[in-house]
Amino acid sequence: MNSEKIFKYLLASSGILIVLIAVGIVATLFVGSIPSFKEYGFGFIFSSDWNPTEGRESYGALPFIIGTLMTSILALLITFPFAFSISLFLGEYFKHGKLPSFLRSVIDLLAGIPSVVYGLWGFYALRPLISELGINAQGFGIFTSSIVLAIMIIPYASSLGSEVISMVPGSLKEAAYSLGATRFEVVRNVIIPNAGSGIFAGYILALGRAIGETMAVTMLIGNSNKIPAGIFDLGNTMASLIANQFGEAEGLKYTSLVEIGLILFIITGIVNLLGKLIMKKLSA
Amino acid sequence: MNISTEISDRNIKRRLLKDKIFTYGMISFAFLSSIPLFLILYELILKGYKQININFLFEVAPDTMDAMIAVSNHEIIPGGIANGIVGTLIIVGLASIIAIPLGIICGTYLSENAEDRFAGIVRFIVDMLQGVPSIVLGVIGYIWIVKPVTGGFSALAGSIALSIMMLPSIVRSTEETLKMIPISLKEAALSLGVPYHRVMLKVVIPTGISGILTGVMLGISRIAGETAPLMLTALGSTAIQTNITQPTSAIPLLVWEFYNDPNLVSMIWSASLLLLILILCLNLGAKAIAKKWKVQY
Repeated sequence: MNSEKIFKYLLASSGILIVLIAVGIVATLFVGSIPSFKEYGFGFIFSSDWNPTEGRESYGALPFIIGTLMTSILALLITFPFAFSISLFLGEYFKHGKLPSFLRSVIDLLAGIPSVVYGLWGFYALRPLISELGINAQGFGIFTSSIVLAIMIIPYASSLGSEVISMVPGSLKEAAYSLGATRFEVVRNVIIPNAGSGIFAGYILALGRAIGETMAVTMLIGNSNKIPAGIFDLGNTMASLIANQFGEAEGLKYTSLVEIGLILFIITGIVNLLGKLIMKKLSA
Repeated sequence: MNISTEISDRNIKRRLLKDKIFTYGMISFAFLSSIPLFLILYELILKGYKQININFLFEVAPDTMDAMIAVSNHEIIPGGIANGIVGTLIIVGLASIIAIPLGIICGTYLSENAEDRFAGIVRFIVDMLQGVPSIVLGVIGYIWIVKPVTGGFSALAGSIALSIMMLPSIVRSTEETLKMIPISLKEAALSLGVPYHRVMLKVVIPTGISGILTGVMLGISRIAGETAPLMLTALGSTAIQTNITQPTSAIPLLVWEFYNDPNLVSMIWSASLLLLILILCLNLGAKAIAKKWKVQY
């Protein structure tokens, strides 16, 4: 009887521990960014100055917020036709057989490659190509990072989509076929309206991934602390700024970096929450 | 009459053409996305295989001078990545020791109290933890461990950061697996007078062990290649380090170091290749376990 109770308490306490970890993460980030918040207030988010020179220190997050949103949204746009095609291919056109299982393994493998290896490939294979095409003198920048990010998030963007597409009721599709619809018309008029929100939720979750990605972006974006002038310009993201500058940071710079971490945490939290809400609406 | 059939005929042809274009477009886009994978593998294997030999596994990373001399003599750079391999084993092992028991217990709690309100909150938090960027967990590891506990960069800090990262996949896979186990199995054991905790530990969890193991291995493969959080926590070390309160290297950290050192740059490919092989083995292992010991009822 006694050990039974202990066991039940043990189970519940693991839940409490998880809650404590999450609360601890949020509290730590908040406490860590208090000094910089006291110094800059909400202006931190809108200031485009990042100057660590002693005596003229001034920190603002705007270039990195913009850089993060630009790279991740551009990556999502690039990934869209590929991820959507994969979702359709696996969820509707070819559900069984050798080709789809080949494609599934390819996607699994893509998901398994570490970020730093993607970065290396981008640096040594993609960057020279970009510079050859004359898009950017050295091949660094938002565009290059977005391409690599797009490849990295294909697995996340396509997996949920193929799942919801395969769950579209067969009777609906058959009804459309019986009226003489072509397969493309079935996709456009039956599958997309039915599975659209699920596919969209998958893209939102993939966006969350892209926003938090660090290493590959750090190696390719050019790490300039200014607001990027366009998608072919150099830039920096919140994650790669932290990776680059956290090591030797102290004082105001340190707390500013923690505050950037907090902003990154909040943005990914909102994006993920949005994806989860859409998914919930779908299953309800 | 004749004209209208002609029009509808053309119309149908146009629709069929559209359908064909769409189908072929979709298939080609789907397969185009596999090209980067092969380009990456090609690059890694072509440039990486030369460096891999026995020494590569058992010697520590060379210093810049030795590497420079070897490169100027057109020789293979001496040394290997033993410090990274040992470091990865220690950091990932420690993270697993922390995350696996907690994850399994928490997953059991969630599946046993599915309707509970608090369980709903925990489930939500686990979902949110899954989305936290790894670099943020690096910052957390730095603030929690590096500063107050070990007083400097350490393997322990890296393990804490990575354990939070692998926790969600273990919790969710445990929960999903245990939910699939039929209630009759549990009831049969309970009706024999077996106490609840023994039913859970001896009947329910062993039945679902394959699903749990799959989640564990996927969690490990997710953290084994992580670089960003380790840059802020474990930092790296040129020697083999077994003290968990000291800066420690890891294979992904070594890749990053080689990348930044012009003399060692030719070692990035072999180190990456080894890291990739390690992760692929974990992935394949997870799949094999899932396939072989599937919970069947």
